[in-house]
Amino acid sequence: MATKSALGGSVRRREDPALIQGLGNYVDDITPHGTAYVAFVRSPYAHAKINSIDTSAAQTADGVVAVYTNDDVAHLGNLIAQVVVVRGRPLLANGEVNHAGEAVAMVIAETTTQARDAAELVEVDYDPLPAVIDLKEAAADAALVHDDLETNVVVTWEAGPWGDEEGIAATKQTIADAKARDDTVSVTIEAVNQRLIPVPIEPRSVVAEWNAGYQRFRVHSSTQVAHALMGAIKTTFNLDANQVHVTAPEVGGGFGVKLNIYNDEILVCFAAQRLGRPVKWTETRREAPSSSIQGRGWTATATLTGTKDGEILGYELDAIADMGAYEQNFTAAIPFLGLFVGSGQYTFPTHWKATCVFTNTMTTDAYRGAGRPEAAYYLERVIDAYCREIGADPFEVRKKAFIPQFYEGATSPIGFTIDTGDYGTNLDKLAEVADYEGLKAERDRAREEGRYLGIGVSAYCEVCGFAPTALSELGFSWSTYGLPAGFYGTGLVRVNPDASVTVVTGTGPSGQGHQTTWAQIVSDRLGIPVGKIRVIHGDTEESPMGAGTFGSRSLAVDGGATFTAAERVADKARKIAAHLLEASADDIELDEAGGHVTGSPDSAVAWDDIAAAAYLPHRLGESSLEGGLESHVIFDPPNATWPFGAHLAMVEVDPDTGDVKILKYFTVDDCGNVVNPMIVAGQVHGGVVQGIGQAMFEEAIYDADGNLLTGSLLDYPIPTASDVPFFSLNNTVTPTFCNSLGAKGIGEAGTIGSAQTIVNAVVDALEPLGVKHIDMPLRPRRVWAAIQEARG
Amino acid sequence: MYPRTFDYVAPSSLDEAYSALGDDSKVMAGGMSLIPLMKMRLFSPGLVVDIGRIGGLDQIDDSGDHIEIGALVRHATTASSDVVKANAEALAMAAALTGDVQVRNRGTTCGALAHADVAADQPAGALACGAVMVVGSASGTREIDAADFFVDSLTSALEPNEILTSIRIPKTGAGEGSAYDKLGRRGGRSDYAVAGAGAWVKKSNGSIEAARIAVTGVGTKPQLAEGVAQALIGTDGSDDAVKAAAEKAVDGITVLEDLYGSEEYKAHLAKVYIARAVKQALANAG
Repeated sequence: MATKSALGGSVRRREDPALIQGLGNYVDDITPHGTAYVAFVRSPYAHAKINSIDTSAAQTADGVVAVYTNDDVAHLGNLIAQVVVVRGRPLLANGEVNHAGEAVAMVIAETTTQARDAAELVEVDYDPLPAVIDLKEAAADAALVHDDLETNVVVTWEAGPWGDEEGIAATKQTIADAKARDDTVSVTIEAVNQRLIPVPIEPRSVVAEWNAGYQRFRVHSSTQVAHALMGAIKTTFNLDANQVHVTAPEVGGGFGVKLNIYNDEILVCFAAQRLGRPVKWTETRREAPSSSIQGRGWTATATLTGTKDGEILGYELDAIADMGAYEQNFTAAIPFLGLFVGSGQYTFPTHWKATCVFTNTMTTDAYRGAGRPEAAYYLERVIDAYCREIGADPFEVRKKAFIPQFYEGATSPIGFTIDTGDYGTNLDKLAEVADYEGLKAERDRAREEGRYLGIGVSAYCEVCGFAPTALSELGFSWSTYGLPAGFYGTGLVRVNPDASVTVVTGTGPSGQGHQTTWAQIVSDRLGIPVGKIRVIHGDTEESPMGAGTFGSRSLAVDGGATFTAAERVADKARKIAAHLLEASADDIELDEAGGHVTGSPDSAVAWDDIAAAAYLPHRLGESSLEGGLESHVIFDPPNATWPFGAHLAMVEVDPDTGDVKILKYFTVDDCGNVVNPMIVAGQVHGGVVQGIGQAMFEEAIYDADGNLLTGSLLDYPIPTASDVPFFSLNNTVTPTFCNSLGAKGIGEAGTIGSAQTIVNAVVDALEPLGVKHIDMPLRPRRVWAAIQEARG
Repeated sequence: MYPRTFDYVAPSSLDEAYSALGDDSKVMAGGMSLIPLMKMRLFSPGLVVDIGRIGGLDQIDDSGDHIEIGALVRHATTASSDVVKANAEALAMAAALTGDVQVRNRGTTCGALAHADVAADQPAGALACGAVMVVGSASGTREIDAADFFVDSLTSALEPNEILTSIRIPKTGAGEGSAYDKLGRRGGRSDYAVAGAGAWVKKSNGSIEAARIAVTGVGTKPQLAEGVAQALIGTDGSDDAVKAAAEKAVDGITVLEDLYGSEEYKAHLAKVYIARAVKQALANAG
C-alpha cells in the first residue's frame, strides 16, 4: 500500500493553467498547411422534395475548390451509427430533406468566408411537403416523415419487467386490481419533457488529412468518442483501424452532443481524400441546432396508484419520445436508458412504455442524463402529485416505497440489478441539512403574508457505466463501427526511465478533469506525486481501444482499469526494489521517494533507481523480472453502477407576473467513493444548473411547419451564474463493489435530480391556488397562465 | 469570417464619418447589436463606419440646464454615473439592466437607442426622461424628441447618412423623479424585456403635476403610454391611483405576442411594471 493517499483530496485541476491562459489546443486551432474550408448548404424546409440542385455559380465563385452533393457521396452509404433501428442519416440529403437545416450540399474553398459566400450561391429547387412535428400526431401517423415507411414509429420499449411478456401482463393486472380497491387513489399527470438544445461552449470542429503515400487518415475532431469515430471512418472507407488516427484534443464541453458520429466528420474525410489536401469544418453557433443532436423531447402520461394513507401500489408511464428525422448514434436507445431506471429506487410494480417516433426535426440523442432525466422527471413528479392528493409528506411516502438498503445487488421492479443503495439514509440527510421542518415553517409564515413560497423534493436513482461487455448484445459497444469491443475500461500506466509516469486512458474528457483525477489514482498506488504523472486521453493511437466519455462512465470504468494497472506497476516496482535491497517484496512500501523496507526507512531505493533497473534489465540480475515498468489493463466490470440522491429547492413565485425565483437549493448525492471532491462538486454544479435551465427557460420550439424558432442564443437562453442560487452540496457514501475504487459516477446526477425538484417546488408554492401541474419550462408566461386558470 | 464581405473605415472625426456614410453603410459604436446581426448574415452593410476612434464622444456633460450623454458613453458608464443617476435615474436603471457585464462595458447608450430594439431597456428610460436626440450629418445638426425617434421594430428616425451624436435630458428639478423596471426573458430582470416600463413624475403639493410613462417589449416599438400619464396627473400618487392609471397601460398600443408572452399576458405585464416603475419614481422624487 502507498503510504500517503492522494485519493479523496481536492487536488487543483492540472488542466486549468493551460485553459485559463488560452493555451489549450482545440480543433479549430489546428490548421495543417494547405487546409481548405467547408461550408454546408442547409435546407430551409423541414420536409421537401429536392427537384434539382444547381451548383454552377458556386463552382466558379472566388476560391471555391469543390462542391459536393449526394451524387458525389452516395457510394459511401448512409452515416453509420451504433444503433439504427429503422432509418439512418444520409451523408447529404438524398432527393428529400427531412428537417430544417439538413445538409444538402458541401462547399469547399480556400477560406471560410469564401466557402460561406459560395454556399449562398447554390440554388436548390424544393417542393415543400407537410411536416410532422407534433408528437401525438406523429405517433398516430397523421402524416409520414419517410413516405417509404408504413409508420413513424421507430420502436416501442416496454417493461414491467423488461423482456418478460407474462410479467408485464401480471404487473398490469396487479395495478388494475389496486385501482379497483376502495382505499386507493390514482393520480395522473400529463406532462411534456421538452426538447432541449445542448450548447457546449466549443462548437464541434473537425479537420482531416489523407496521406496517399501511407494510405492513412489523420483526423482531429471535437468528440467525446475518438475510437468510435475512428471505427466509423475505417468502416466507411474500408480501411484497417491502424490506418485511421483520430485525436480529440481539448474539448470544450460535450454533454452528449459530441457522443455521436456526424455526417460532417465523414464528409470532411471524404473531401480530404478526394482533394488530397487537409479539409476543416467548424460548426457555427447559428447552424449548431441543426448540425448537432438535440435532447429530450417527450410527452407522457404518468399515473401513480396508492392507498390513501401513502402506500404506493403501482406506477404506469406511457410516453412518446421524439427521435427527430433520422437515427444517429444512440437515438432510439436513449428512451431505453430511461427504462433502466423506470421504477427508480422503489419497490412498487411498474409498467413503463415509451414509443419512439420520427418527426421532421433534427435528430435527438444523448444529452446529459439521456433518458434518465426524463424517467426521473415523470416518476418524481407523479409521486409529488400523489403526495399532494392524499396530503402526505413527500419524504415519508418515498421512504416507505424505497428498496431497503442493500450492498450486494437488488433487482428493481423494472427488471435490472442495482449494485448498492441506501436511499433512506440519503433522504434523511436531505431533511437534516435543508432543515426541512424549518423551511416548512418559513413557507407557511410567508403564505400567511400572502406570499407564494414552495418546497420541492425529488429523490432519484440513475445508472451509469454501461460497461459490462455482456451488455454489448444490447448495443453497448462500438460493434457497428467495426470495433467488436464492449464499453470496458482501459488503463495503461507506464513508469518512464526517468521515473516520471505516463498514463493512457480510453476516455475522452470534455472538461471532467481526467488529467487530474487519473493522476490522483496512480499517485495513490505508486506514491509518485501527481505533478510527475501525465495523462493522455482521446487518442486512438495511444490507446488501443476506448469507449470514450459519456454516461458518467469514465471514473467507474476507465478509472477502475487505471487503478488496477497502477497496482500492477506498484507490485512490480516493489519486486524491483526488493531485488535491489535484497529484501522481500512483501516488506517493501512505496512512497514519493521510492521503495523502502517497512519499518526501516534507511533501507531504501529511489524511484530513479527502480526505473533505471527496469530499463537496464541487467540490473535485475537473476530475479526473473523482465524489463520495463508498465501495465495495460482491460477492465470488464460485473455491473453498471447506480448512483442516487435527493434534492430540495425552495422557490418564491410572484403571482402578479408568474416570475419564479429560486431561493435555496440543497443536494445530497451519493456517487460512492469520491476521488476529487472539488471535481465532483463541479459536476454537481453543472448538472444542477442544466436541470434548472430545463425547468426554468430552455426549450427548442418548432412551429407547425418545422421551423426552429429558438435557433439562436438570443431566443434560447442558457443559464448563467446570475440565474441560479448558491447551492448547498452534500453527500452520503455508499460504495459500489463493481470497481476497485468503489466509485459510481456523478456527471449526470445533478441534471437527473433537479428539473422535477424545481417544478415540484413551484407547484407547492401555488398549491393554495389549486395549481396541480405546470409544464416546463416554467417561463413566467406559463406560470402566470396557470395561476389565472386556477383562479378561474 | 462569419459575415458577408464588407468594407470598414474608422474615421478620426465626425466630419470624416459623415462623408463616409451612404445608403449602404452602417454606423458602429460598441457593435454589441450590429456584429451579431452581421455574423448571422441577417444584416449585411457594404460599409461599416466605426466611430469608436472619434475623440470627445465618450463624455457625460452637465454644464447647462440639461445633461448630455455622448455617442460613445458605455452602458456601464451610464449606469454608474452620479450625474445620470441624479438627473435620469430611469435611464441609469435601464442601462444597468442592459445585456451582461461584457455588453455593458462595450455597448453604448446611444447605440442601443439607435438600434431601436422593441424589447430594449434604455429606449423606455430615454422616453420617460424626455430625452432629445442630437443627430448630426454632413448637412448639419438636428434634434429629435425621443417620442418621435422610435419608428418601428429596429427602425429609428435616423437617416442612413446621420449619426446619433448625443442625447440631452433635462436636469431633474424639485419634486421630480424617475425609475425603470422590467421582467426579463429569463426571469427576474435578466435579459431583454418581456415587458418593461420607464416612469418620470413631478410632484407638487402632494399631487402629481406631470408624468411621462414609457413601455418597452410589448409592441412594435418602445413608446409612451400617454393614457397612463394623463390619468396620473392630478392624483395623489397613492397605490390605488397608480393602479387605476396603470390600467391604461396599452391604450392605443398594439400589443404583439412573441415567444415570451401572449397579448393578454404582455398587456397585463405592462400594467404591472408601469405601476412598479411609477411607485419607484414617486419614491425617487422624494
